[in-house]
Amino acid sequence: MPGTLFEKLWDAHVVRQPEDQPTLLYIDLHLVHEVTSPQAFEGLRVANRRVRRPDLTVATADHNVPTTDRSLPIADPIGAKQIDTLRQNCVDFGIQLFDINSPEQGIVHVIGPELGLTQPGLTIVCGDSHTSTHGAFGTLAFGIGTSEVEHVLATQCLPQNKPRTMLVEVSGALPEGVTAKDLALGIIGRIGTAGGTGHVIEYAGEAVRGLSMEGRMTLCNMSIEAGARAGMIAPDETTFAYLQGRRFAPKGAAWTEALAYWQTLRSDSDAHFDRTIRLDATTLEPHVTWGTSPGMVVPVTGCVPDPAASVSDADRRASERALEYMALTPLTKIQDIQIDRVFIGSCTNARIEDLRAAARVVKGYRTRSSVSAMVVPGSQAVKRAAEAEGLDRIFRDSGFEWREAGCSMCLGMNADILQPGERCASTSNRNFEGRQGRGGRTHLVSPMMAAAAAITGHFTDVREWEFK
Amino acid sequence: MKPFRTHTGMVVPLDRANVDTDQIIPKQFLKRIERTGFGEFLFYDWRFEPSGELKLSFGLNQPRYRGASILVTGKNFGCGSSREHAPWALADFGFRAIIAPSFADIFANNCMKNGLLPVTLAEEVVAAIIEQALSNETYELTVDLEARTVTDGRGMSAGFVIDDFQRNCLIEGLDDIGLTMLHESDIAAYEAKRAGRIL
Repeated sequence: MPGTLFEKLWDAHVVRQPEDQPTLLYIDLHLVHEVTSPQAFEGLRVANRRVRRPDLTVATADHNVPTTDRSLPIADPIGAKQIDTLRQNCVDFGIQLFDINSPEQGIVHVIGPELGLTQPGLTIVCGDSHTSTHGAFGTLAFGIGTSEVEHVLATQCLPQNKPRTMLVEVSGALPEGVTAKDLALGIIGRIGTAGGTGHVIEYAGEAVRGLSMEGRMTLCNMSIEAGARAGMIAPDETTFAYLQGRRFAPKGAAWTEALAYWQTLRSDSDAHFDRTIRLDATTLEPHVTWGTSPGMVVPVTGCVPDPAASVSDADRRASERALEYMALTPLTKIQDIQIDRVFIGSCTNARIEDLRAAARVVKGYRTRSSVSAMVVPGSQAVKRAAEAEGLDRIFRDSGFEWREAGCSMCLGMNADILQPGERCASTSNRNFEGRQGRGGRTHLVSPMMAAAAAITGHFTDVREWEFK
Repeated sequence: MKPFRTHTGMVVPLDRANVDTDQIIPKQFLKRIERTGFGEFLFYDWRFEPSGELKLSFGLNQPRYRGASILVTGKNFGCGSSREHAPWALADFGFRAIIAPSFADIFANNCMKNGLLPVTLAEEVVAAIIEQALSNETYELTVDLEARTVTDGRGMSAGFVIDDFQRNCLIEGLDDIGLTMLHESDIAAYEAKRAGRIL
């Protein structure tokens, strides 16, 4: 029977399939971080349980770490205690930790792929909703809560009900200046933030094939913003070229064997999807969110919508609330919106290609004097690579701050937050009320769009940019 | 886990769609390493002024809803971050059930692990419950998980759908990690079969 990529991965990981009960699914890789794991480890201790497969478990500190000088002690005692707790748990349970001063430290969804831990065909979970990122490699990867983190630590398995499948097929090639981020926002704008609920999305089509691994990760990363359980892309030559030679990638004969398996990981041409969405990449524009949900998004050439034109009463009230929070009036041109802050970072857009794209825009310009801008590389490895290429100089010379790796202002658990009323062009994934700091106003954009806004002080169509 | 069979309690409405877990429990409270004590920070930015004063305009803070244990709200409740701190905060605040037209997947899963029942009802039924809770002082509902019904004792009765396995786990208050561990031999057999393909 023909199957989808998702079904093949699912079937390959069934440990047990009792009738009228969830499937017991095997988990190949469990990524752990400081914020959603302490209560899980505590649960193991209380029940006198061990970690079943510490060798399939990898930890890092990313969510609350400071992005300033790492040689200094952490100023926030509660944050510091959480990191110390992770350290102790990793020692007690024998788990490999890429600690705050490790050269491999970084956002968990950046370092997994970069270390070659993320490989096609695996099931990967993490106590973080953006685990969908790893689907870019043809893995089944999804976010879980802390009770499920404890479950995987104890058993290396998870009872799961089988999600439905959705195909998002994107024809044509993305125009210059239109990126994977714009594609992700365009899809969410089309299907809504609950459009993918209960589904695993497979992204396919010419535009998806044409994306680099970094672009594919950006696209899969935001699957959760469409409500989906996971996002995935069938592995191909781009995937294999990215992985070859990475630290944990198979070597020698194991590589050849793995490759032969990975090449079978694709949906059959006549596979059935529960739902199919088709988009034309050639008509896509750079996108900017205007509200407090990622689905509240329009092209950069557009205007803030008028709530009066909403399709339902609930939508109208949600739009009115969002506009009030965002201090925007209906029909304002997106390019007339002035910004105060720029954040280039997060598991969505802080990989080397993202920083290259932003630096290309910034090069030879100065940030607007009213704008405070920062770059937070996704990992220490991304930071080193960027510095080797001189990207840090480009950013610094133009007025950007250049920071240490972590989640930073994507969620503002550390000191990197917006002040009340500040408006930010951000390459992160969520524009929720207060996400980047209480009273802060977030507009989600691509790295190029964020860079352009830092220079002009307002949203600017990067397709018309004069590169220097 | 605290079992859930049937629960009768007062209803508080939160008539908003897409309430995300960042609203339910803002990030500054995620640094704690305990499972308990999150209730006082529930909906923090909505319940409190920046000065720390209680916002009386926010429904949950109104004296008439004090002691409410059933939250009725808009579609896609619990979207966003996977933080289990959200159901911990709701349960710690005193909620036993949440009624909405739809829930985000990870959030609904997290609720079930904590004896907090997410009940999905049709949008118009939810709208009618919100209307009742706004217009009647101390509007109560009974959520019966065994019968899979929501009733108000005034003639309103609505059935809901829930996965049988999850329903049984909630009714019995089962430790699902313990259940999985019963299948140790299946797990070991799977690992033996797949040796070499795993990292």
